Amino acid sequence: MTRPAPSPTGSLTRGTSRRTALGGTLAAGALLGLGAPAALGQAAAQVVVIGGGFAGATCARSLKRADPGLVVTLVEPAERYLACPFSNLVLAGLRELDEQAFGYAGIEAAGVTIARQPAVAVDPERRRVRLGDGTELDYLHLVVAPGVDLRFDAIPGYDEAAAERMPHAWKAGPQTELLRRQLEAMPDGGQVVMAVPANPFRCPPGPYERASLIAHYLKTHKPRAKLIILDAKDQFSKQRLFEQGWAEIYGGLIEWVPLSFGGQVTEVDPGTSTLVTEFGSHQADVANVIPPQRAGAIAALAGVADATGWCPIDPVTFESTLVPGIHVIGDAAIGGAMPKSAFSANAQAKACATAIAHLVREEAPPTPKLINTCYSLVAPDYGISIAGVYAPKDGLLAEVEGAGGVSPLEAAASVRQAEAAYAEAWFRTATDEVFG
Amino acid sequence: MSPQRRLALGCLMAAVVAMAGTGPARAEPPPGAASCSGCHGPAGSEGPVPSLLGRPAAETAAAMAAFRTGQREATVMDRIARGFTDDETRAIADWLADQGDQP
Repeated sequence: MTRPAPSPTGSLTRGTSRRTALGGTLAAGALLGLGAPAALGQAAAQVVVIGGGFAGATCARSLKRADPGLVVTLVEPAERYLACPFSNLVLAGLRELDEQAFGYAGIEAAGVTIARQPAVAVDPERRRVRLGDGTELDYLHLVVAPGVDLRFDAIPGYDEAAAERMPHAWKAGPQTELLRRQLEAMPDGGQVVMAVPANPFRCPPGPYERASLIAHYLKTHKPRAKLIILDAKDQFSKQRLFEQGWAEIYGGLIEWVPLSFGGQVTEVDPGTSTLVTEFGSHQADVANVIPPQRAGAIAALAGVADATGWCPIDPVTFESTLVPGIHVIGDAAIGGAMPKSAFSANAQAKACATAIAHLVREEAPPTPKLINTCYSLVAPDYGISIAGVYAPKDGLLAEVEGAGGVSPLEAAASVRQAEAAYAEAWFRTATDEVFG
Repeated sequence: MSPQRRLALGCLMAAVVAMAGTGPARAEPPPGAASCSGCHGPAGSEGPVPSLLGRPAAETAAAMAAFRTGQREATVMDRIARGFTDDETRAIADWLADQGDQP
């Protein structure tokens, strides 16, 4: 494989000079009698990717792999990415947050330019992204992968200040460490209360893995403590497997309160650490409030989010159905049957990169087929999984019938152990592939 | 078009193509194949999940067939294998076999 010579447009430049350079090339083409300079446009094809998580980082890297001639810029202000998968182990004191951190050096070495700035505006007409420092990036294709924003307008009383008292810990980072410290400081016999939102939200089985690993911590260190899950829905991912594991391992430590039994949290009071439901109120020694979510803010600014707060896409190209030239992948996208998981984000990113490489060459993109596999830990050595295979159908990503499903309810301890080991192997392999 | 002009245009096009190197870098993964590397790492990687890169295509295809029918025990591969036809599996297995020398 030959590395292309660095293109003059490959470095991060002020939009003005960039546009001048490109304009010069086009003018030369016009002088030579090239009518529509499609070939020249392709030669300098610029793809901008916003967001350096599992979706965006994978996509930037996959774009260079699919076509080394593409000029790819990854817009990500953070120096390092803190991964959410496995961060529930950090809460339980079984892992350190630093083990969740990944840098961008490998992606840079793969030929991707990193713009360490937030994206603050998108002009879809001019196909231009503006960054926090005023830099403007032109694009032929834009990939928006901002993950989720937590909605601080959804539960009365739960705003950003409240999150400092009642952490969400739904983005790995200081919130994860805050919740861990609160759990460690809680006296034995205390009560942990979790609030879990209705679908859709990031990582559907995540809250239940979290409950499991908090229960593991409590059982080990504070055996008289209790954990209540207040849930805004009546069913959840891998439910029978979780409930079976909870009964087996934690006895009555975890109490799950579904929507129809008053699980929906209607208000919180961070001052008194109280969670109010339609049926009453719960006093928490430690409160973990996971609020409803929406696509990251730049999605709405770019016009690719709909009234639900999420982004409708074409299932073949991941191009927004609202704004041409902008593709949305990962948690922010409406993935049809695909869950909002890191594995899905990674798979979607690769399919999106393939589609963009075809579109740049003005070829029809192939119909993708995608896989998702999500592991959850019911205990450190007790793993369960859900898997699915997906293909475009009726404008959405639909599950391929006959495939997929969850781990069997009847399984030997060795199978649960094997799945816990596979979970760890997945995390290592996936993060290595994306960031290594 | 005059010969000079054709030559000039040819040179420009050649220069543009050489500079940009636009085009697929290597054989593109067939549908589904790109997802495998989520769990199956590069050759030489350690851990409980085997690498598939460079593995003979017939071996991978046979394993997928056995997972699909339940002949071979699995934790997740049975659930995934059922989502692919023989032709799709074969194309994925061929592509994985060809990736042996890739990093």
